[in-house]
Amino acid sequence: MIESLSLHKPHIEHWLVLSAILFAIGLYGLLSRRNAIGILMSIELMLNSAVLNLAAFNRFVAPASVDGQIMALFVIAVAAAEAVVAMAIFVAIFRYRRIVDVNRMDLMKD
Amino acid sequence: MEQFSFVFRNAWLIPAIPLVSFAVLGLFVSPISKRLAGVIGTVAIFISAAFAFLLAWNYFLSPAGKEHTALIAWTCEWLRYQTGLTVNIGVLVDPISVLLMSVVTTVSALVHLYSIGYMHGDEGYGRFFGYLNLFTFSMLGLVVAPNIIQMYICWELVGVSSFLLIGLYYQKPAAVAASNKAFIVTRFADLGFLIGIIILGYYGYHFFGEFAPAVASTAVKNGVTNLQPFDFLYLTNSAVLAKLASINLHFFDISLLTASMVLVFMGAAGKSAMFPLHIWLPDAMEGPTPVSALIHAATMVVAGVYLVARLFPAFAASGTALLLVAYVGAFTSIFAAIIGITQDDIKRVLAFSTLSQLGYMMLALGVATMAHPLGYSASMFHLFTHAFFKALLFLAAGAVIHAVNTNNIWEMGGLAKKLPVTHATFLVATLAISGIWPFAGFFSKDEILASALSGGHYVVFAIALTVAGITALYMFRIYFVTFWGKSRGDAAGHAHEAPAVMLLPLVMLAILSATVGFVNFSDYVSIGEPIEHHGINSKIAVSATAAALTGVFLAIFFYTGQTDRAAMMSRLLGRIYTLVKQKFYIDEFYIFVTHQILFRFISRPAAWFDRHIVDGGVNLSAWITRTTGGKLRYLQTGQVQVYSLWFVGGMLFLLLILWAGAR
Repeated sequence: MIESLSLHKPHIEHWLVLSAILFAIGLYGLLSRRNAIGILMSIELMLNSAVLNLAAFNRFVAPASVDGQIMALFVIAVAAAEAVVAMAIFVAIFRYRRIVDVNRMDLMKD
Repeated sequence: MEQFSFVFRNAWLIPAIPLVSFAVLGLFVSPISKRLAGVIGTVAIFISAAFAFLLAWNYFLSPAGKEHTALIAWTCEWLRYQTGLTVNIGVLVDPISVLLMSVVTTVSALVHLYSIGYMHGDEGYGRFFGYLNLFTFSMLGLVVAPNIIQMYICWELVGVSSFLLIGLYYQKPAAVAASNKAFIVTRFADLGFLIGIIILGYYGYHFFGEFAPAVASTAVKNGVTNLQPFDFLYLTNSAVLAKLASINLHFFDISLLTASMVLVFMGAAGKSAMFPLHIWLPDAMEGPTPVSALIHAATMVVAGVYLVARLFPAFAASGTALLLVAYVGAFTSIFAAIIGITQDDIKRVLAFSTLSQLGYMMLALGVATMAHPLGYSASMFHLFTHAFFKALLFLAAGAVIHAVNTNNIWEMGGLAKKLPVTHATFLVATLAISGIWPFAGFFSKDEILASALSGGHYVVFAIALTVAGITALYMFRIYFVTFWGKSRGDAAGHAHEAPAVMLLPLVMLAILSATVGFVNFSDYVSIGEPIEHHGINSKIAVSATAAALTGVFLAIFFYTGQTDRAAMMSRLLGRIYTLVKQKFYIDEFYIFVTHQILFRFISRPAAWFDRHIVDGGVNLSAWITRTTGGKLRYLQTGQVQVYSLWFVGGMLFLLLILWAGAR
């Protein structure tokens, strides 16, 4: 089995399945986590699954170009910026309410 | 048009000068200096009057004037609906428009001059002159209108300026009520006029292709290059009228022409305050006296007469409409004259006298035909003379009111010595309106009576003759009560003559009232067949003078010396006197109709419909929106994960659609 695994090189569909699994995990986390930081992490996971898609398509569909990798770098940069902003908001909310449970954040209801 | 030169080509200046003056006064001058406003307004009208005289001089002495040809002095396109259907504005120069231009500018100029004195120190001084200028412009625009649309627009403009001037003292509830009444009653009448115009315009345009070439070829000599279906030249063409008269409406068996002319006459009757639309004119006396003199005696109220004269060929082509004009005019003239005997307010007596004289003009038009057009000239003649003596009567009455601060003749008395100039001019005007030789009214009344008699309208003639007597009676009644005897009030004892600026117009109008009768009028203003020259018919002159003298002697009998006789007479007549004094309860009748019938059976259901059905519909849609919103707001939990769930669900749903679509 180890042999077959070592001999087997992963193809595009493997990467796509991995990406889909990561996305699904991220989506589940987004919808079910109560902690705001957990939700943020889930979003990062979904973004990374998309980045994985980009890199995989670059490698297998157009190996000569680097478009997909460049796009992946952009997404990582944007995700980092987004994480900074979100974390700043959460820190502010935490200082104010001593809690970051999204179920209790319903001020926009009224 | 070589012969007319400068003034003819620039005839548009006559209405334009007051318009410019109105704008300048309203925008710049009257906020700065009221004094200057009066001067500028007056000077503008005097310039306009000078132009009008020059034009009249040039026109009546030219060959075109001798043949009574209508000329278009100036025209330009104003509204274009489609090719071949445009409305022009312009200046029509024909005998009656030149006549009216001279009369309007003369009376207006003198009234402006008078107002400088009369309105002195008044709060609304600047505003007043602005409005007077606006009115003069509108009236001149109406007079010179070459088509019925321009006439209608100016018709409404004079109505508006009349409304503004009656309500000049807008703090006074009576003035506000009177201005509303005047506007609503005339506006109601104008509805008929408008429908008449629409019918005329529609069928005029319908047959335009058929008749226009023939009319246009003859109209070239009138200076018309671009004939339009609304032009009077087209609408009064005999072929067009014959065509319109041949269409039967199958409604009381009247022709299309008659129907539209009756509707147009409704507008004319409203403006000229013919029975039963006369109720606004006596109340309009709430306005300042110069306004009554200019608008409600000399000019605006004759617009109705002018309209009938302008469309005279059309009225004549529909005999029924013309007969209606004659009988409405005759009835109004005697009806108003009878009320005039009993009124105590000097301006109201004059107002009823105006009604009566307007009825006279109408009946004169009504008895004329295209073959025997004496009544047409007579009506215009009476319009001409009446403008001067009635304006004079009002201005003199204004001078009296100015001196004694009351309108009630029974609080005056003995003013002849204290106001000598006013007294003399009032007497001249009284003699003129009563038709005593050699004053102006004698000649014009004589022509009217002659036209009624020669037309075979004996009933109308009898009424007209009676009215001549009653006119003398009520005019001499107010003359004696106001100026003779002892002063009956404190103010009347201390009355002083008005300033010179007010007396000058009085004297000028008095000279005009005394002399204009000698103008050989029918040489200048006529229509249709040439008039068989009649001069003064001795039988008619004697009977008219006899009627007038009877009136004068009755007035002397009742109202000089002790006035117990009049009181006794009124007691003797009892109910009849009260009925007349209350103006035959026409106002009460209108109030009954509007309040008890219109308001109750039409306005209230309409209000109910509005409140419950229309408003209900609006409220229902608001209620539905609010209720749905109220239910939908539960979706907004404010929890970020619920929103993301919706987002994911929506995304999946979209994917499903895309997937289904791709298959």
